Amino acid sequence: MIRVLGHQLAVEQKVFWRNRESAVFIFIFPIMLFVLLASVYGGTTTIDGITRPTKYALLAGLLSYGAANTAFAGLAITLVIRRESGLLKRLRSTPLPAPAYLAAVVASLLVVFVLQTVSLFVIGRVAFGTRLPHNVASLVLLVLIGVAGFGGLGFGVTSLIRSAEGSSAVVNVILLPMAFLSGSFGPARHLPKVLGWIADVLPLRYFVQLANAVYLNGQHVWSKPGAIAVVLGWGAGGLAVAARRFRWEPRDR
Amino acid sequence: MPAAIHVRDLRKSYGGVEAVRGISFEVAAGEVFGLLGPNGAGKTTTVEILEGYRPRDGGTVEVLGFDPGHAERAFRERIGVVLQQSELWPNLTVREVHLAFAGYYERARDVDEVIAIVGLTEKAHARVKTLSGGQKRRLDLGVALVGDPDLVFLDEPTTGFDPGARRNAWEMIRALRALGKTILLTTHYLDEAQQLADRVAVIRAGEIVSVGTPAQLIAGVPLTQIRYRNNGETVVIDTETPTAVLAELTTGAVSAGVELEGLEVRRPTLEDVYLDLVGGARDTELEA
Repeated sequence: MIRVLGHQLAVEQKVFWRNRESAVFIFIFPIMLFVLLASVYGGTTTIDGITRPTKYALLAGLLSYGAANTAFAGLAITLVIRRESGLLKRLRSTPLPAPAYLAAVVASLLVVFVLQTVSLFVIGRVAFGTRLPHNVASLVLLVLIGVAGFGGLGFGVTSLIRSAEGSSAVVNVILLPMAFLSGSFGPARHLPKVLGWIADVLPLRYFVQLANAVYLNGQHVWSKPGAIAVVLGWGAGGLAVAARRFRWEPRDR
Repeated sequence: MPAAIHVRDLRKSYGGVEAVRGISFEVAAGEVFGLLGPNGAGKTTTVEILEGYRPRDGGTVEVLGFDPGHAERAFRERIGVVLQQSELWPNLTVREVHLAFAGYYERARDVDEVIAIVGLTEKAHARVKTLSGGQKRRLDLGVALVGDPDLVFLDEPTTGFDPGARRNAWEMIRALRALGKTILLTTHYLDEAQQLADRVAVIRAGEIVSVGTPAQLIAGVPLTQIRYRNNGETVVIDTETPTAVLAELTTGAVSAGVELEGLEVRRPTLEDVYLDLVGGARDTELEA
């Protein structure tokens, strides 16, 4: 099981980096947004009562967006395309165990997200003078919580998307508004009441809070158990949908 | 030698529609067995039950001594599957895809050997997305062979091929047989079944209407066809006694002083036999 998981992880990594679309959309896009936004928006921002350079907040925000973009959007699009092309069905007839396969797909996206996080910090440091995080243990936990929560959601939405052509559109219709409302692209303040209510239940808003706590405030991630519960709760909800609706086979043509 | 596949009274319905209605057949180890029938006859449903993809509603099924309904790992170690439609990772090379699949099996074959068997050695380092349709099907076959299976399922292996590519595919399937693999093949091409299969089951509307060697299939239907036109409508008579029927027809026509328009007498081709079988004009039992 471990051997075949490692084997599949290596295959997944090769497939990911060979595919220009996934490498650009999933890996580079959040980094690119950070560079653009941090170049445009200078000045200071006040979060949790503390005023600091806006680019710090943008780094935490884009890190959060990256978690959702990789583990939610990346996972859902990858699985839908593979399902509709018949690849998932084909793999089912091999001895590769289904849990090992799915674990390898998620682990591969975790690798991508870790590299993306490291890149954000390095680019931020070199180009914008942001500081490096000093709480590494909490940062590692933050990354894992993000992949677990948004990955679970990704599995859930995979079972609701019908065609490969529509997968990227559906996923981004969910992801981009969520990212705006949650403050990934800069703090979302003075939202109209209804949008505020929506934002208050979105997992990304709570993940941004966790990222802010760890990176901006130097707190431990577990100092916000409520936010962790919301993120993981959404992940569990996604998995519950997937448990009932996940399909390995393409739609009947 | 035990049968590689043993199917008795297999049944499967989808939402009240019976796709497979009590099918029985056996495939011996080392045999190439063809399931021949039109689209929608239940071929793919049958094969997918045998491959372990879907549960059956009734009947007994044994494949290599396993019940595919439980589709355990040991079973999947020993089968190779070529689906009607599946696309492998487009950005990996032919060799990389083979290596990926080889990693799933306990005792995989040497991938370069497999690539040579399916004739892709020159394309070993080409990315999948650059392959032609025919080459992609070769890749599917290579990947199905990488685990050194005892039994290979080929679901419509040449549908959509041009004649040259079909001939190449046939050569390859014959090569498989030379390796001693048992092969279950579905097709809606009669000539394909005739070219490749040791025995053929003709399947229509979820039932097997005939089983036998391709030669038995023709021999079993010795009817001669007489056609003529009557008031612009074609009349077709299938008969085992063409001489008598013809005598009766022509005598009647001569005494009435009319000409039988477009009169034609012909022996059935294999094509006719097949169309006849799947068209449902007659059920024929052949002894295997």
